[in-house]
Amino acid sequence: MITRRSLLAGAAALALPIPSFAASKPLKVGFLYQAPRDDKGWTSKHEAARIKVQEHFGDKVETTYVENVSKAPDAERVIRQMAQSGHDLIFTTSFSFMNPTVKIAAQFPNVKFEHCTGYKRSANLSTYAARYYEGRHVLGLISGHMTKTNTIGYIASFPIPGVLRGINAAYLAAKSVNPDVQMKVVWINTWFDPGKEVDAATALIQQGADVLMQHVNSPAAMKVAQDKGVHAFGLAVDMSEFGPDAHLSSLMFNWAPYYIKRVQDLLDGKWVSEDTWDGVGPGMVEFAPFSKAIPADVIAKVDADVKAMSAGTLHPFKGPLKRQDGMVWMTDGQIPSDEELKKVNFYVEGIQGSLPT
Amino acid sequence: MDFVAGILVSLVIAATPLIFAAIGELVVERAGVLNLGVEGMMIIGAIAGFAGMVDSGSAVVGVVAAMAAGATLALLFGLVTQVLLANQVVTGLALTLFGLGVSALFGQRYTTYSLDRFPRIDIPYLSEIPLIGPVIFAQDALVYLSLFLVAAIWWALKFTRLGLVLRAVGENHDAAHALGYPVIWIRLGVIAFGGACAGVGGAYLSLVQTPIWVESMTAGRGWIALAIVVFAAWRPWRTLLGAYLFGGFTILQLHGQAFGVSIPSQYLSMIPYAVTIIVLVVISSESGGSRLSAPNCLGRNFQKPK
Amino acid sequence: MLRLVPRQTGSTWMLWSAPVLAVILTVMAGGLMFLSLDVDPVAALGHILLDPFSTTYARAELLVKSAPLALIGLGLSLGFRAGVWNIGAEGQFTLGALGGGVVALAFWNVEGAWLFPLICLGGIASGMAWAAIPAYLKVRHNTNEILVSLMLTYIAVLLISALVSGPLRDPEGYNFPESRMFHASAVAPILIEGTRAHIGIALAPLIAVILWGVLMRHEIGYGVRLFGDAPKAARFAGFTEKGTVWFCLLLSGGLAGLAGALEATGPLGQLVPDLPAGYGFTAIIVAFLGRLTPLGVLVGAFALGVTYIGGESAQVAMSLPAAVVGVFQGMLLFFLLSIDVLVTNRVQWVVPAAAKIKAGP
Repeated sequence: MITRRSLLAGAAALALPIPSFAASKPLKVGFLYQAPRDDKGWTSKHEAARIKVQEHFGDKVETTYVENVSKAPDAERVIRQMAQSGHDLIFTTSFSFMNPTVKIAAQFPNVKFEHCTGYKRSANLSTYAARYYEGRHVLGLISGHMTKTNTIGYIASFPIPGVLRGINAAYLAAKSVNPDVQMKVVWINTWFDPGKEVDAATALIQQGADVLMQHVNSPAAMKVAQDKGVHAFGLAVDMSEFGPDAHLSSLMFNWAPYYIKRVQDLLDGKWVSEDTWDGVGPGMVEFAPFSKAIPADVIAKVDADVKAMSAGTLHPFKGPLKRQDGMVWMTDGQIPSDEELKKVNFYVEGIQGSLPT
Repeated sequence: MDFVAGILVSLVIAATPLIFAAIGELVVERAGVLNLGVEGMMIIGAIAGFAGMVDSGSAVVGVVAAMAAGATLALLFGLVTQVLLANQVVTGLALTLFGLGVSALFGQRYTTYSLDRFPRIDIPYLSEIPLIGPVIFAQDALVYLSLFLVAAIWWALKFTRLGLVLRAVGENHDAAHALGYPVIWIRLGVIAFGGACAGVGGAYLSLVQTPIWVESMTAGRGWIALAIVVFAAWRPWRTLLGAYLFGGFTILQLHGQAFGVSIPSQYLSMIPYAVTIIVLVVISSESGGSRLSAPNCLGRNFQKPK
Repeated sequence: MLRLVPRQTGSTWMLWSAPVLAVILTVMAGGLMFLSLDVDPVAALGHILLDPFSTTYARAELLVKSAPLALIGLGLSLGFRAGVWNIGAEGQFTLGALGGGVVALAFWNVEGAWLFPLICLGGIASGMAWAAIPAYLKVRHNTNEILVSLMLTYIAVLLISALVSGPLRDPEGYNFPESRMFHASAVAPILIEGTRAHIGIALAPLIAVILWGVLMRHEIGYGVRLFGDAPKAARFAGFTEKGTVWFCLLLSGGLAGLAGALEATGPLGQLVPDLPAGYGFTAIIVAFLGRLTPLGVLVGAFALGVTYIGGESAQVAMSLPAAVVGVFQGMLLFFLLSIDVLVTNRVQWVVPAAAKIKAGP
């Protein structure tokens, strides 16, 4: 006879965890994207890495993603949903997710969180970012050689340290091979706005730039460069298809080695909160194939510098260096610490124009 | 010389979408209808044009698709306001919201495409005149079309029967109806025309200016077009002036930066909007003159007397 | 053929069933849209309509999302009733967030129970100030408030970006364009523990009741209603257009500003350039859905909250594009506007006059 008590007892029995099942449960890893996962830019690289993680670990790991989460208050809700739905590790891949991630990490101490390009950490929240400036050093070397008008144009987003480091590194490298070079920067106050990027690129070219660099996310500038017959570097993905003649190379990120390492750490029980800042050495920063238009000796120098940066014998910001306002930043032979690098909010001496506010 | 020519060329490119959208809306408003959904019609034209060109490889197909899409969305507005007598202001807003959403939805699969350069037409000899040559005579077909459209509409409104009827409908729809003109059909017709124009304006962005599709890429240009119509006091040639002014500010702001001007870009970007407000005030407070030039029946739905 | 014939008096039954019908039609059209996208319509609609009610947190989020929509919608509904078209609520919302945020940041190292009310006042005042511009220009120069308030919205969005990237930046934030996080005294008090449901969810119904009282019982509310129904009679009765314009714009500006301050001190907890979230425009739909009455607006805000939370849930669960929410909201408004014609008109089958004559003796 089915009684209420026997029903309840039966339900309780079914709810008991079965240890052997729990042991083979795959690790659930979630990824949060601000843009569509195939944006051919920043997010698509994270997605590519996610796919590599899934391939590498097979059945041991189950990866999920949520794309197009553009506002921070909504991000909080989504991250919480992920944390509650059994995820063990969550990667939040945009700076704007920092505060929501911090908040949810505090509420779910058993879930591990990784935030990209942020600066707040806790026991279960790590941060990671790429040393773009090492890549920019390479781009600067090439531009110094390739520019005929001695003017490099830079389309920049926000005057945050990461962007400024890139500008400074590119300029210093270009100047080291071409003392007459100058750099013009246009700030468009957004990471992604093809309309503005087109206008900025056009304005820079009209002002004499014949090599363009960008710290914004669409191939619009590359197309303009192709149209107007100048050169340009892409960002995040290989942008050669948008500018077959213009494209010199693209500065790209490869998150797969890092993601695989962290997932493995978690599987091995070795995951701890840390701050990872990798560059060309560990392969987090890479380059799209260099254009045939670049002379062989320049490529040779690039290779040498990349090896040296990986080995730690070359630093793009080795002194003597002055800030644009004349103050000394690095003395002769001095190398900035990571802490000092994170505080860069100025142009180095020689770059024209002033920073927005 | 070249540098100035370059800036002027950028100016023309920035102004052209505004010209299309504004001239279309001008015709609609002259007939007494206030369609606030210009932004929605532009963005739907942008995605339709982009999709059309991507899928068919032909720029003409893209432009036609943009016109059709803009006109269709506009007719939805027409149906709801002219036949179902809904409030024009709110329906226009609904059009904008709907257009932005539908275009984003439909545009999902087009976010990774990029187009070849839109064909440019260099008029022989004339395009070699220094300075004005490249600016006026070496542009793409749509720029020439926009200028032709403004001229044609000016001429039609002023000298043709159709223009007269249209203006009559806008000034006094009851009298026009009494004279036997089909007010509703005429308005539906101009609404569709306005939609097609706005659609082409939007397509200019996705086919020529930035040949990439991005959600909401019109970035408020539809609203500026509405302001330009008022700025122009509903007179066709003045829309050109308004469009070049607005386009101009956007370009100048960027060049200012490249020159080293240190005002934050957001403040510079505010200028066109602030100027619009000032112009609106000047236009609306002039007694007589401009205030009278607003079509009398603007915004009011026509209901057949019993 | 079918003809629309004006009714003698508006149909109240139709007035209140129109939104319900509109919702049903939207759900059906949405289902068709999903089918055309190769998406399971039942599953998608299930997520959109049911998920917001599934857990306490979800229900709380629904309230958190509905609160600003309701606050803004309440202000707009009065204005629309009187023919004052405030389309710039988004800008007033943004200014309110700025105003409240500036107060919070000014006292960033000071605690006290007085700070949060002050922040709210700052938000209300800045929203009102921003709405005062179109009000003044309309009253003084007869300038169209639709375009002015709209242009001001764009300026407001640029302004918050400029300020947050500059003077309001967190000094310890490595130059990132965002303000400090608001401290304990500056954060909106939470009403339901474990959720983000802040005091805004209680303020909205409270203000709705107050506004209902004003609309129905107070002289100024009478003026608003009269201007909507019979402008000549209103003037005859001694109400001035100027007074009504000022009242409606300041009220909606203040409420939008309050919503902005609550959003900044509530779910967001700081000022960011991205703050304007489109609520000012969605609230227009809310006002119409709610038939321009305060209590209707509350229901309308709730309904649209469902589209936001449910839409996001469908996105997460089924990888649907984010644009789905916008399409749903646009469709809802279209259907509503179309059905509304039946409030003031009847459908009649009319035999054309020519046929009648031919059928004569």
